[in-house]
Amino acid sequence: MKQQSEPALAISQLSKTYEDGFQALKSVDLEVAPGDFFALLGPNGAGKSTTIGIICSLVRKTTGSIKVFGHDIDQDFSTAKQFVGVVPQEFNFNQFEKPIDILINQAGYYGIPSDVAYERAEKYLKQLALWDKRNTASRTLSGGMKRRLMIARALIHQPKLLVLDEPTAGVDIELRRSMWEFLKEINRQGTTIILTTHYLEEAESLCRNIAIIDHGQIVKNTSIRELLKQLNKETFVLDIREVLDSCPQVEGYPLSLVDEHSLEVVIDKSQSVNKLFTALTEKGIHVLSMRNKTNRLEELFFDLVEKNLQESNHE
Amino acid sequence: MNNRQKWISFSTIVRREIHRFLRIWPQTLVPPIITIVLYFVIFGRLIGSRIGEMSELPYIQFVAPGLIMMSVITNSYSNVVSSFYGSKFQRNIEELLVSPTPNWIILLGYVVGGMSRGLGVGAMVTLLSLYFADFSLHSLPITIGIVLMTSLMFSLAGLINAIFASSFDDISIIPTFVLTPLIYLGGVFYSIDMLGDFWGSVSLINPILYMVNAFRYGMVGITDINIAWSFIMVGLFSVVLFGVALRLLETGSRLRS
Repeated sequence: MKQQSEPALAISQLSKTYEDGFQALKSVDLEVAPGDFFALLGPNGAGKSTTIGIICSLVRKTTGSIKVFGHDIDQDFSTAKQFVGVVPQEFNFNQFEKPIDILINQAGYYGIPSDVAYERAEKYLKQLALWDKRNTASRTLSGGMKRRLMIARALIHQPKLLVLDEPTAGVDIELRRSMWEFLKEINRQGTTIILTTHYLEEAESLCRNIAIIDHGQIVKNTSIRELLKQLNKETFVLDIREVLDSCPQVEGYPLSLVDEHSLEVVIDKSQSVNKLFTALTEKGIHVLSMRNKTNRLEELFFDLVEKNLQESNHE
Repeated sequence: MNNRQKWISFSTIVRREIHRFLRIWPQTLVPPIITIVLYFVIFGRLIGSRIGEMSELPYIQFVAPGLIMMSVITNSYSNVVSSFYGSKFQRNIEELLVSPTPNWIILLGYVVGGMSRGLGVGAMVTLLSLYFADFSLHSLPITIGIVLMTSLMFSLAGLINAIFASSFDDISIIPTFVLTPLIYLGGVFYSIDMLGDFWGSVSLINPILYMVNAFRYGMVGITDINIAWSFIMVGLFSVVLFGVALRLLETGSRLRS
């Protein structure tokens, strides 16, 4: 079976130059293994949506090739498209149609008979808590419901590769968590998932592998675990019991005062946090709690993007 | 996609298109009926009775086939142009573009949807016309053949208009400034014999003249032009428009960035 031995997605030398001359992608190479939960991160305008657009054939590539489970999207487009499900960033369904009709029609475009389509629509609408809204005009759904409707629509033909372009943008934290659980479950069942997101916490908790794209180029492509190993420094915020009028000084630990009950400290990977606690205790300062100032991945992401920007400016 | 899957995809598009114009029937079905009834009352009964005969027929019998054809043309065109552009505007055309449905099936699906409305409204107008005029059908094959080909041709034209349109203004420009004048000057209300040699010859470049005359011949047995030419003209136009529409879909012009 071709699709079992082939990568879920193989992008080779992919470039895209828009009609106005803007070069969105510059010879991108990328591979995603079958069954992976993969994050594609990058700042706005980095090329994430262009890459996704080309994978699902809404954007025409300039050069390069894309294979989905070994099927070229140009030469074997019908099979390749059967394998891909896409959840775009913007709502792109008919706002005047009912959710059940949107799903049944989408199944029809993939050649799925209506009885099978109805069964699947019921399954996914129930799993995504939309079954009660199946006969409501979709324009009346909330933003979170619309996002879930697009996920159900992308799954209706049971794709092996699901591509999600910022699926939780604008979704409240409770709903976001339930969507994470749903995505983890379908990934456990064997669906390869590629996710773009601005919530780096989302990428860290869901994905195993990651690519960071910036200015149309992949600047990092590794596992989340490997990437986090590169994090040499972390910034912590310490909540203090006492009222502080000035910032205490501890040798080797650059402390700064955030407010009268909290301190900020940058700690190198080689340093001991215990030593800092001991030194503070000796000064009569008791630490009540400690937390990361930002998400760990976020710090690395900014480092990489900043480094890439400096290199671009230097060139 | 195998043939069964292609058929499911095609029938899904057609069913969705028919469902769309039936769902908004006060916008899609009622206005053309009211318009045509007004034409029958004003041009047929009120003014028509004073005009007398045209091409040896009572005026209302002369004008009725043209009015039926006018409703088929405008409804076939406007259904496809508004539905396809609406899908582009809301971006739900992407549902089809990301699917494995071949472009020729997308094209046929929209065209058959447009023909369904055009022919449906045409059938209703024909039934209404029986209240105003008496007909003895001259040739059923010619009547059916020309009305099917005309509906096909204008559905294709509507799709091309929708692909090029980038605003709602763009989908009303062609119907207002091209289609309506061509229909009014296409022999719906008069015989081109009345125009004299020069303007009669100029009228021959209007494709709607051929459709209206062929349809009139099928219904009442009179025509200003050669029927074979009518079929050849409409057939040629349809083939060219089909080729252009398919090419636009294949290249993704104005649909894929």
